[in-house]
Amino acid sequence: MPTVSVKRDLLFEALGQKYTDEEFDELCFEFGLELDEITSEKDIISREQGDEKAEGASDVVLYKIDVPANRYDLLCLEGLVRGLQVFKEKLEAPRYKRVSPADGGEPQRLVITDETASVRPHAVAAVLHDVTFTQERYESFIELQEKLHQNICRKRTLVAIGTHDLDTISGPFTYTAKPPGDIRFKPLNQSKEYTATELMSLYKTDGHLRHYLHIIENEPLYPIIYDSNGIVLSMPPIINGDNCSMLLNLKSVFCVCLQAKTTLDMVVTMFSEYCEEPFTVEEAEVVYPDGRLCVYPELAYRTETLSGDFINKRVGINESAESIAQLLTRMCLRSEVSGEGDLIQVEIPPTRADVIHACDIMEDAAIAYGFNNIVRSTPRTYTVANQLPLNKLTELLRQDLAAAGFTEALTFALCSEEDIADKLRKNIAETRAVHISNPKTAEFQVARTCLLPGLLKTLAANRKMPLPLKLFEISDVVLKDETKDVGARNNRRLCAVYYNKSPGFEVIHGLLDRVMQLLDVKPDRNQGYHIQAAEDSTFFPGRCAEIFSCGKSIGHLGVLHPDVISRFELTMPCSAIDIDIEPFL
Amino acid sequence: RRRRWWWKLQLQHCLSLTGDRRTGLHMADTGLLESLLRLLEKVDGGTDSQDVAADLGVDHQVIVGAVKSLQALGEVISTEQKSSKHWELTGEGREIAEQGSHEARVFNAIPDEGLPQNELMKMPSGKVGFSKAMSNKWIRLDKAHEGGPRVFKTVETIEDTVRDKLQLVQKGQSAKLEDKEKNELKKRKLLSEVTVKSYWITKGSSFSTTITKQETELTPEMIASGSWKEKNFKPYNFEAMGVAPDCGHLHPLMKVRTQFRQIFLEMGFTEMPTNNFIESSFWNFDSLFQPQQHPARDQHDTFFISDPALAHEFPQDYMERVKKVHSEGGYGSQGYKYDWKIEEAQKNLLRTHTTAVSARMLYKLAQQKFTPVKYFSIDRVFRNETLDATHLAEFHQIEGVVADYGLTLGNLMGVLHQFFTKLGITKLRFKPAYNPYTEPSMEVFSYHEGLKKWVEVGNSGVFRPEMLLPMGLPEGVSVIAWGLSLERPTMIKYGINNIRELVGHKVNLQMVYDSPICRLDS
Repeated sequence: MPTVSVKRDLLFEALGQKYTDEEFDELCFEFGLELDEITSEKDIISREQGDEKAEGASDVVLYKIDVPANRYDLLCLEGLVRGLQVFKEKLEAPRYKRVSPADGGEPQRLVITDETASVRPHAVAAVLHDVTFTQERYESFIELQEKLHQNICRKRTLVAIGTHDLDTISGPFTYTAKPPGDIRFKPLNQSKEYTATELMSLYKTDGHLRHYLHIIENEPLYPIIYDSNGIVLSMPPIINGDNCSMLLNLKSVFCVCLQAKTTLDMVVTMFSEYCEEPFTVEEAEVVYPDGRLCVYPELAYRTETLSGDFINKRVGINESAESIAQLLTRMCLRSEVSGEGDLIQVEIPPTRADVIHACDIMEDAAIAYGFNNIVRSTPRTYTVANQLPLNKLTELLRQDLAAAGFTEALTFALCSEEDIADKLRKNIAETRAVHISNPKTAEFQVARTCLLPGLLKTLAANRKMPLPLKLFEISDVVLKDETKDVGARNNRRLCAVYYNKSPGFEVIHGLLDRVMQLLDVKPDRNQGYHIQAAEDSTFFPGRCAEIFSCGKSIGHLGVLHPDVISRFELTMPCSAIDIDIEPFL
Repeated sequence: RRRRWWWKLQLQHCLSLTGDRRTGLHMADTGLLESLLRLLEKVDGGTDSQDVAADLGVDHQVIVGAVKSLQALGEVISTEQKSSKHWELTGEGREIAEQGSHEARVFNAIPDEGLPQNELMKMPSGKVGFSKAMSNKWIRLDKAHEGGPRVFKTVETIEDTVRDKLQLVQKGQSAKLEDKEKNELKKRKLLSEVTVKSYWITKGSSFSTTITKQETELTPEMIASGSWKEKNFKPYNFEAMGVAPDCGHLHPLMKVRTQFRQIFLEMGFTEMPTNNFIESSFWNFDSLFQPQQHPARDQHDTFFISDPALAHEFPQDYMERVKKVHSEGGYGSQGYKYDWKIEEAQKNLLRTHTTAVSARMLYKLAQQKFTPVKYFSIDRVFRNETLDATHLAEFHQIEGVVADYGLTLGNLMGVLHQFFTKLGITKLRFKPAYNPYTEPSMEVFSYHEGLKKWVEVGNSGVFRPEMLLPMGLPEGVSVIAWGLSLERPTMIKYGINNIRELVGHKVNLQMVYDSPICRLDS
């Protein structure tokens, strides 16, 4: 969930009202936001870098507000205030308009060349004309772009935004792609020119920019945007040119977004508030390699029609169509009753790209109504409960294993290859293990193929406890299985260990007899269960038996091999049993 | 560590034995004990063990032993330890008390005709006795005597005050001496001041002058013969802990799981088969209308599988419908408008939520004539996240799902209210939230009386039509669902701060042994 940080006093000024922290928290809760933290720059610096560094930093109160991940229209102070003011019915939702250049001139034009085909052959553009920025507005503008980059733009991999001072550049602009060695310009905040190749190595150590290098690093051609005089606007998605970087006192902003028109809509709608004529955006033309000419920003409004009954039935309320229309209007979804039955016409503005279905509109009606004003009622759904037979058996066995003196362990389903192979004197290739492709550490290399390593590690972590230690676990292991749609399946197993100064094979054997008694399986070579000497590399030679039930092998028991014991950092003899319980369902 | 009651009894027994051994007295030697008790019977307000020793004419240490034996019998006597300063003769002091002071011995050794000095000096007390007797003016030395210096008595009789004083101390009457006198004797190393530990003995609650041997435990023989009626039993120490029973223990997280399972069963929910940790991206994300670029599908959040890397079997028609709703929309939806790829859907992973199983179950449900269902599951899910004191790479998700015609958001709140009431949580409120596969989505908050604030206890919502309709569920069917983690309520219930002490091999087994039963509503 993205977090937006806004200055409290600035926020209250814009809202035209002062709130206590509690009151504002309450408003957030109702609207679906979360006042996550109340802090200041000074607090943040002192927490992260110590009190000394915080000396002199601003102690203006900051509100950190968590915004739902799909509400890009609330990612800056301007959007938040607009949303809340409309919600509180203090403001009508503005109508965003695309306009032609004020002086009757030609719109700005961006030409996309064929070479971009290998990078991102799509861009959109728009102009914010005659805009007035203050220090705060400017910071908010930059901050919004950063937030969008992190969220809807997926860390710039999907979309890259560039904003430029239009007075320092002149169109038409060209979006093309070139070999990095052929690109040469002075990037933002640098004092000299670099080639793109040099830039990539320069930014390797940049705490912020290095995260985006991989997006184009291995491409033969890098995307680049020039103005008509060859001035570089930007090398998206990495860096802007220095010449056209934005300053506080600029007049017009040229916005370019690679890939997504929604993102462009978001940037311009939020800040068109500060244009000479608020909420208007000057159009720009984009010429595609195939010759198509499109005009942006789209700022498209869409109308959906739905019935009041639909909202009432889904939410569980009973409101008139008129009052539902009013609720929706408070959510920036301008609505009116159409006059046909209880049908409501709902207008979805370009800022609400999250509304893609009637259910999204229904949710907004519910939010405006107040979730906590909805009457809670019990559904009349009649059903009979059933336990999953496998879990029922597991629950019953667990109780009786504890009654038999064994203590339940709960170990991880993920472990290292070593745990299930080398440490058990097994070959990893023979384990049928499922392997994880992106583990951050060795602890998560594979899904366990047996429960034994987890129990042995539990013993090792509890060596200080009085002996004997008797542990069990009934849980799932994971094995590759070609017959399953995903190529793997779980297997429910029972494992127990006895750890003491003497191996206690008879104790573990006794546990097997008890488990079989619980499962109502008699000792019998054919119709019941029996054990038979076996060789298994995990166990001490001559001290291992295979367990058969109705002639089918279900597991092993025995005294563990001394190497296994030492590899798990244990010092005492240990016997173990491991069986599949699925045959007993 | 647990102290055990028998251990304490044994220790007591052991103490009385050491007492006995020290004095050479045995429990059988009841004569002395009874004399002590008779003596105690006569005095009001108790007596000092030193006085008892004096009265009975035995060494104090013998009485100390007797007191310890009596203590072991229970409440016959009660005692209080005391310590007092006390004058005692040194070895030399005792010799003088018996044989007289050195000066007296010198005086008595001299006949009327006197004794040559060199002979006198050969006596054991010669040197000291001579100088003391001289300064007492009991004797004189004739240096000019023919045949060498000779010593003569100067008085007829003497009074040996040193011996008298020491004898007084020996009889325990040191109080009759002045401090100055005692200090002088101390200077001569004849007296020393010692600290004596003694007991102040009073009658106990079951005082008696006769000793009956106390029995430790009731035996089968006593029951058979009826002899228990006459026996006196050693009292139990009820302050000590009992012996821990030799038993196994269930894991606290699993105990809580059992309770949650019970709650769902009480509410008529059927358990879903969640025994499939490996899932395809298709069921884990795509079927839930979670777009393929969604951050949750990132390598940083999800464990992907390298072997077996891909799932190879999907319901073809359904998959086509899923593809369409993502890329083009439909069922009244705009869709996400992107290029949906089967390669992305095929990628195997460790399921990030049990909702993948709910999706499979709902798809299965849609393939038959619709009947309302209530499903639940509690099982492991996996996240490739940063680990800390409250987050592990795997945890248990609790999930409830209800599918029926015409379910409302109010119904979801109603079910949540019933569910949380069974957990002992009655104050609930709901916050609008975002979740890719539910709309509306609500975070569930409960009022925490301890923290005095609302805390998030779960997530819930109504599944999106873009998820349900491609499965083939009828148009009017709504599916409401909610989820929470099993670990968090367990950590709160059992007061555990670090999740590693609870889950995984680093578990604190003592905590497992000691954890109480789980009743979530109390």
